[in-house]
Amino acid sequence: MAGTLAEKVWESHVVRRADDEPDLLFIDLHLVHEVTSPQAFDGLRTAGRPVRRPDLTLATEDHNVPTLDIDKPIADLVSRTQIETLRRNCAEFGIQLHPMGDAEQGIVHVIGPQLGLTQPGMTIVCGDSHTSTHGAFGALAFGIGTSEVEHVLATQTLTGGRPRTMAVNIDGELPPGVSAKDVILALITQIGTGGGQGYVLEYRGAAIEALSMEGRMTICNMSIEAGARAGMIAPDETTFEFLEGRPNAPAGQAWDEAVAYWQTLRSDDDATFDAEVHLDAGALSPFVTWGTNPGQGAPLSGSVPNPEDFADAGDRVSAAKALAYMDLEPGTPLREVAVDTVFVGSCTNGRIEDLRIVADLMRGRQVAPSVRMLVVPGSMRVKVAAEQEGLDRVFLDAGAEWRSAGCSMCLGMNPDQLAPGERAASTSNRNFEGRQGKGGRTHLVSPAVAAATAVTGHLASPAELGA
Amino acid sequence: MNPFIVHRGIAAPLRRTNVDTDQIIPAVYLKRVTRTGFEDGLFAAWRASQADFVLNQAEYAQSSILVADNDFGTGSSREHAVWALMDYGFRVVIAPRFGDIFRNNALTTGLLVIERPITDIERLWEYAESHPKEPVEVDLGANEIRFAGTLMSFEIDPYARWRLLEGLDDISLTERHDELITEFEKSRPERLPSIS
Repeated sequence: MAGTLAEKVWESHVVRRADDEPDLLFIDLHLVHEVTSPQAFDGLRTAGRPVRRPDLTLATEDHNVPTLDIDKPIADLVSRTQIETLRRNCAEFGIQLHPMGDAEQGIVHVIGPQLGLTQPGMTIVCGDSHTSTHGAFGALAFGIGTSEVEHVLATQTLTGGRPRTMAVNIDGELPPGVSAKDVILALITQIGTGGGQGYVLEYRGAAIEALSMEGRMTICNMSIEAGARAGMIAPDETTFEFLEGRPNAPAGQAWDEAVAYWQTLRSDDDATFDAEVHLDAGALSPFVTWGTNPGQGAPLSGSVPNPEDFADAGDRVSAAKALAYMDLEPGTPLREVAVDTVFVGSCTNGRIEDLRIVADLMRGRQVAPSVRMLVVPGSMRVKVAAEQEGLDRVFLDAGAEWRSAGCSMCLGMNPDQLAPGERAASTSNRNFEGRQGKGGRTHLVSPAVAAATAVTGHLASPAELGA
Repeated sequence: MNPFIVHRGIAAPLRRTNVDTDQIIPAVYLKRVTRTGFEDGLFAAWRASQADFVLNQAEYAQSSILVADNDFGTGSSREHAVWALMDYGFRVVIAPRFGDIFRNNALTTGLLVIERPITDIERLWEYAESHPKEPVEVDLGANEIRFAGTLMSFEIDPYARWRLLEGLDDISLTERHDELITEFEKSRPERLPSIS
């Protein structure tokens, strides 16, 4: 029977199927971090259960970690306790952990692919909604809550209904200066923050095929911002090239077998999707958000919208509240919005390719005097790679700060936060009220727009730098 | 978890779309390693800054049924959002549409989430606002929401409903299939990665 990519991966992991019950699905890889796991480990202890497959479980420290002075104890005692709790739990239950300072430490969704643990056709879960990132490899990967974390630790399975599938066709060619981030921001504005609810999104079309793995990860990462638990892209030569030689990738004969299998992981020509949307890559331009959810976005060349212009009553209220929180007037050209802070990093845009794009635009230029710029690598490996290429010097010479790996300013759980009323251009994934610090205001942007904004002091496209 | 059969309580109207889990409980409260006591974090920013926020109004301070707008619980996977609602006293959330992970977390943990079209939501809002002292009854056994002679039928996923009615723990249900899991494990290709 013809199937979609998501259906093929799902079907190959069904442990048990029964009428009127959800499927029991085997999980190939469970990633763990300090925030959503402590109560799950407590649950195991209370019930006297072991971790069923420590060999399929990997932990790292990312949300709470400071990105400065990482050789010192964490000053925030509550954060420190959470990190120490993870360390104790991993030791007790026999789980490998990459702690602060470790060469492999980093944001959970950056290190999985980097280690070659994320492979096509796998099922991957983590107590984090941006687990959808791993779908860029043709894996079925989604975020779960703490009760489900406990369930996976105990049984290496999850129960769930077969998801519906949506084809997201992105045809054409991206114009210069337009990146994967602009594609996904434009898509979320088009279909809304609930548009993907209940679906696995499969991104396809010429523009997707032309993207690097980093770009594909950026797109799949933000599937959750369109309401979808998972986003996927069929594996191809770009995928195989990225994986070959990585520490956990198959080698020798196993590699050939793996590639032969991976090549079967694509939606059949006659497979049916439950829904389908189209986006013309050639018509896109740099895209930014103006509101307080990721669906409130517009081309950077446009203006802040008037809430009265929205057709839906709920959207009108939501837009008016967003503009009040963001302190923006309808009709203001987005290019005139001045920012205080620029943040480059996160599981969305904290990989080496992102840093190269920013460095290329910053080279020989200066961060505007009114702007603070933080550049935070997604992992310690990304940090080392960037330093080997001299990117750190570019950032420091331009007047930006160069930090150690972590979630950093993507969310207010560590020292990197916005002050109340402060405005940021951020390469992260969420512009929710208070997301980057209580009272902080966030505009989501691509790495290239982040760089141009840092230099000019207001939301700007790379074209404004003459780049 | 405790079984959920019938619940009677005051309904609080939350007239706002896209209430993401960062609003339900800000990240700073997620640093805790305990499972209870998250009520102080519930809607913390809005409760602190907006005098007219629904839970700041005396009539709704004891409410236990939240009637919300479209796309409630989108964003982060934090189950703390469900814990905060339950620790505050909520047992039911009714909205036109929920974030997928939030809905899963809620039904796994014992918070009943019910999807109803916006027309039903508006009727519930109007009733909650005009009769703030009158309870609404949610009967999972009968799949009904009842108030002031009005009866709304609803449906939720049958398996989730059964688990809620019985108060069953997911993990012990899965453990019944241990042999099938072991059998599946034996069939997995050796080339798949493992962490040594």
